[in-house]
Order: sequence, then structure tokens, then C-alpha cells
Amino acid sequence: MKTVVADHQREQAQLRTYVTGFVLSVGLTVAAYLLVTHRAFSAWTIAITIAILAVVQFMVQLIFFLHLGQDSKPRFKIGVFLFMLLIVLIIVVGSLWIMHSLNYRMDMSPQRIRDYMNAQVGL
Amino acid sequence: MSTVAATQELRRLNAEQAATKKTVFGFWVYLMTDCVLFASLFATYAVLRNNTFGGPSGRQLFDLPNVLVETLILLTSSFTCGIAMLAAQRRNRQATLAWFGITFLLGLAFLALELTEFRHLVHDGNSWRRSGFLSAFFTLVATHGLHISIGLLWMVVLLVKTIRRGFSDSLLKRLQLLSMFWHFLDVIWIFIFTVVYLMGAIPV
Repeated sequence: MKTVVADHQREQAQLRTYVTGFVLSVGLTVAAYLLVTHRAFSAWTIAITIAILAVVQFMVQLIFFLHLGQDSKPRFKIGVFLFMLLIVLIIVVGSLWIMHSLNYRMDMSPQRIRDYMNAQVGL
Repeated sequence: MSTVAATQELRRLNAEQAATKKTVFGFWVYLMTDCVLFASLFATYAVLRNNTFGGPSGRQLFDLPNVLVETLILLTSSFTCGIAMLAAQRRNRQATLAWFGITFLLGLAFLALELTEFRHLVHDGNSWRRSGFLSAFFTLVATHGLHISIGLLWMVVLLVKTIRRGFSDSLLKRLQLLSMFWHFLDVIWIFIFTVVYLMGAIPV
């Protein structure tokens, strides 16, 4: 009997977790959407703000839906997760950095690329 | 006699729990490697997003209200999937089937909206062949869509098993893995929504 009550309470707590995560996620999604459609601020301010909102929603869903950080002591889940983040950052930031530097040094402005490619099409 | 039996039963349960934990961890590692796959596609998209080759840019192509509806549908399906798992944990078959059924229909609606968007783009001559930007766009978004399709297929298989054979420990474990997969797909979509659609709509 006692375990039934405990199970029930645990389930209520889990249900609350899902509802909280859902409400927060909807709020963050709609906020980002309204920021973009209303254009009340400069483009860069909006871009940075919605990037932050995305990261916050990422964490909300990891904690409330995927229950990250609730595993027991040797925390392998978090360890693998952090390693994944490191690799992802290297791939994304590295690619952007290298390609930006390449564009800058070779003056591959969109106009020049277009001219070059149009010349190729004519061959 | 009964104490011995009880001890054995307890030992069996403990071993089972440990095995489930290992499987869940293994699946978690797979999800993390899938993140790396998506990261490389995101990096490609970020590099190529201005290479429109004289074609239309994201700002001219994307239908934001439609994308917001897609996003909210997928988010809701992630939520109903969580509720379905709670029902599965207390082994309530009716509730589990109902909530997973709703999740499935929402996933199907999301996929239908995405395919309609793709069809319009291709129909207007803006397929993956149009420019580097569109190649990267289709690769990234369609890879996510492919994951959704696989998730839906997996859901059908497990639901049929639930109807036919009822709950078992191994079925419960598989449902748990499926729900992790489904939540993960919603997490990836946050970034597609923000980086591809929202940032594509503002002139940076």
C-alpha cells in the first residue's frame, strides 16, 4: 500500500516535470517567433537573442524531457554529453572560422563567385 | 523456501534493472553521435547559407507561420510522448496506446507539413539543385525528416506489439528508448527552427 502511494506521488512529480517543460518550451518558441516577426530591434540584437532563447530551450528540454543530470553516481551520461558538446563546437565554430578566413583571403565575394561561375556555365 | 525464492526474484529484478540501465546508456551514446552528424550538417548550412547563386534566399522562401505550426506540433508530440511513457510505467495499456497514438498522429502531421513545404519549393524550381544554400537546406532538414519517419515506423511496430502481446519488461525498455529518440528529435528541431528559419528571415 505504501509503495502504491509513493509510486503515485512520484508519477505526479514526473507529470509536473513534463508540464513545466512543455509550458516553458512553448513560451520560448513563441517569444523567439514574435521577436523575428515584429522586428522591434536591430537584426543583430534579434539574432543573438533568439540564439540565447534556443540554448535555454535546449537546456529546458534536456532537463525536463530527457532527464539529464538525474542518473546515479558515476555520471557517464553527462560525461558523454559534454564530450559531444566539445566535438560539436569544434565542428561548427571550426568550419565557420576556416571558411570565413578562406573567403577573406581569397576575396571570394558573392559577386566574384557569381561572375566566375557564370563564366564556367558559358563554356 | 519462500525466502530463498524471494531472494532469487530480487536478484533477477536487480540484474534486469542493471541491464536496462546499460541499454539506455548505450542508446544515449548513439543519440550523442547523432548530434555530431547534425552538427556537421548545421556547419555546412551555416557556411553555405549565403551562397544562393543568384537564386532566392531563405527570407524569400520560408513561410514562417507554417514553420511555427510545425514547431508547436512537434513540441506537443514530444510532450504527449512523455505522458505516454508515464502511462507505460504504470502498465496502463489503454492510456499508453492512446497517448502514443496522439504522438504518432502529431508526428504524421508534422511530416505532412514538411513534405508539403518541400513539394512547393521543388515545384517552384527551388529544389536542392538550385544553389549551394538550397542543397544544404534540403540535406539538413530532410535528414531530420528522415529521422522522424524512422521514429514513426518504430512507433507503429511497438504499438502493434503492445496491442498483440501486452506489456513485458523488454517492450517497456524499447518504449523508453523510443521516447528518448522522439525527445531528441524535438531538441534538434529547436536549432533548425532557430538557425534555419528564424535567422534566415532576418537580414544579418
